[in-house]
Amino acid sequence: MVEKSVQEINIKIEDGSVNVVTAEEMVGIVEELGAEGAAKEVDVVTTGTFGAMCSSGLMLNLGHSEPPIKIQKLWFNDVEAYSGVAAVDAYLGAAQNSDVRGIQYGGAHVIEDLLRGKEINVHATSYGTDCYPRKVLDTSITLEDLNEAFLLNPRNAYQKYAAATNSSKRILHTYMGELLPQFGNVTYSGAGVLSPLSNDPEYQTIGLGTRIFMGGAQGYVIGNGTQHSPNNGFGTLMLRGNLKDMSPDYVRAASFTGYGATLYMGIGIPIPILNEKLAASTAVRDSDLVTEILDYGAGSRDKPLVREVNYAELRSGSVEIQGREVLTSSMSSFKNARKISNELKDWVKHGKFLLSMPVERLARDSKVKPMKQTQAVPLVKDVMSDFIVTIKKTQTVRDAAKKIWENSFNHVAVISDAGELVGLVTAWDVSKAVAENRFDSVESIMTKKVLSCAPNEPVDLAARRLDRYGVSAMPVVDTQMRVLGIITSDNISKLMARRY
Amino acid sequence: MKIKIIIPTERIHNPIIAESMVETKVLLNIMVANIDSTYGELIADVNDHQFNRIKKALESKGAVVVVLGQPITRDEEECVECGACISVCPMKVYSFDENWSLCVDEQKCIQCGMCIKMCPHGALKLGE
Repeated sequence: MVEKSVQEINIKIEDGSVNVVTAEEMVGIVEELGAEGAAKEVDVVTTGTFGAMCSSGLMLNLGHSEPPIKIQKLWFNDVEAYSGVAAVDAYLGAAQNSDVRGIQYGGAHVIEDLLRGKEINVHATSYGTDCYPRKVLDTSITLEDLNEAFLLNPRNAYQKYAAATNSSKRILHTYMGELLPQFGNVTYSGAGVLSPLSNDPEYQTIGLGTRIFMGGAQGYVIGNGTQHSPNNGFGTLMLRGNLKDMSPDYVRAASFTGYGATLYMGIGIPIPILNEKLAASTAVRDSDLVTEILDYGAGSRDKPLVREVNYAELRSGSVEIQGREVLTSSMSSFKNARKISNELKDWVKHGKFLLSMPVERLARDSKVKPMKQTQAVPLVKDVMSDFIVTIKKTQTVRDAAKKIWENSFNHVAVISDAGELVGLVTAWDVSKAVAENRFDSVESIMTKKVLSCAPNEPVDLAARRLDRYGVSAMPVVDTQMRVLGIITSDNISKLMARRY
Repeated sequence: MKIKIIIPTERIHNPIIAESMVETKVLLNIMVANIDSTYGELIADVNDHQFNRIKKALESKGAVVVVLGQPITRDEEECVECGACISVCPMKVYSFDENWSLCVDEQKCIQCGMCIKMCPHGALKLGE
């Protein structure tokens, strides 16, 4: 039974006798010595992660101007910051895009530019008060000119993250990168074996007040992050650190095509090995960390599960989906995660970093709720016509004309003998065939590449698809491609007419 | 080797790629082709020792032929070596070595541009 305290470990750090290893090295040590042996031997295990953390931002104070201003609206290099706090305090969110340059440049880029010593243009407006008479302010500042510049990141260092893929027929531009059509690739994020929270999944040593490596400086955990979900292993952290002490090596702006700006943060957390339980948990391997591959093709909050996967598989370069090898891309940098765990190890070893115990532990039993929405989103099945005219592909153009005429319906779904949707014939297709004197099977005149949608899709997604492809109707099908109904631009106009 | 063939507007209606291949019996493996009624640009693979022959034939028919010496450039300062580019590249230009450093095999690149859109750090660009 090993029992150590953080105070004892800190004394060892100060006198230089501390034994510190990275979470990668710990795997082999526990394999060799067992948890108890490793707990006796090792005092601190360092972790690291380096990836996109959108939920980050800068809390700053500009100092007072002459005459003073109570800022209501504020921009840094045309990126809007929130200034609904005291006169010259503001919060610049990393994922806020520029009003002028769009998603190429955002709050994250302002933060990196500040860190690199660049001048930033400031534009502020107000309504003027007796104590703050000024209404407009234009100036330029550098990081040095700010009184305080703290990164206050509401959600960083996800314990693990779901991987992404795309079953749809077009490229998706997401915060998980470019997802190629028809399961063309898988992207993932997280440092696996080095992931801070995955090395202390009971949150024994990580909580409010834990001193950490943050962006190359010493920062702190200030509680659990937003959307903290420990029940299923998706814990998150809220962090604070002084930007003025950080390094652009570990705080990097990025922009995802079609999505927007985000900040790559480098975070490292030291885990004191107080007992054998912590020794065992810091020996976690990539193959122990299971996450999910989700299908982003649906465009809905509830992304369908494609399969479960562990980080060893993801990091191997390819995973199997439906019997096919699909290449994987990491969106976070393992090389930098390792660099961070080594740098933190160096700090501890050379007495430059002392550990702290949390004054409050992270919540271990909370769950993320979906948004409460007071206006129900209508689904395709709520507005579709469940009456649909179908025709077998072997029937003739004359049969199709007759069906259109008899049912006064513009669209006829073409089905196979098994009842699966194989095409669509419109009154226009029939007229064209007649004009060209073609009266053979509908198969020869139908549109073969038919867009379709699912009954549980929100109507606005279906409407967006109709608009994107410039078509007036889509058959609604179940998972076996059996036709359940049809949604037309008419159905959508009726929905709008009913609402307004 | 990878080459770029540019077909100017005044030659776009002539089958100059086919003519050049038939005439020289040099095979071009066309990897990317962007051709419309006004302009054409192709990336093709050709045997090193046959390059001069096909180049002469193409140029005699009005095409412009450029060797893709450095088809893609990586800004090592901007790149964080995440590896986002790896899975979108159809030619397997990108890979990790055993230290999780990013390796770029430029010779395989066909300038499709997928990796450029994928890179969150804007570290990749076509050409030099």
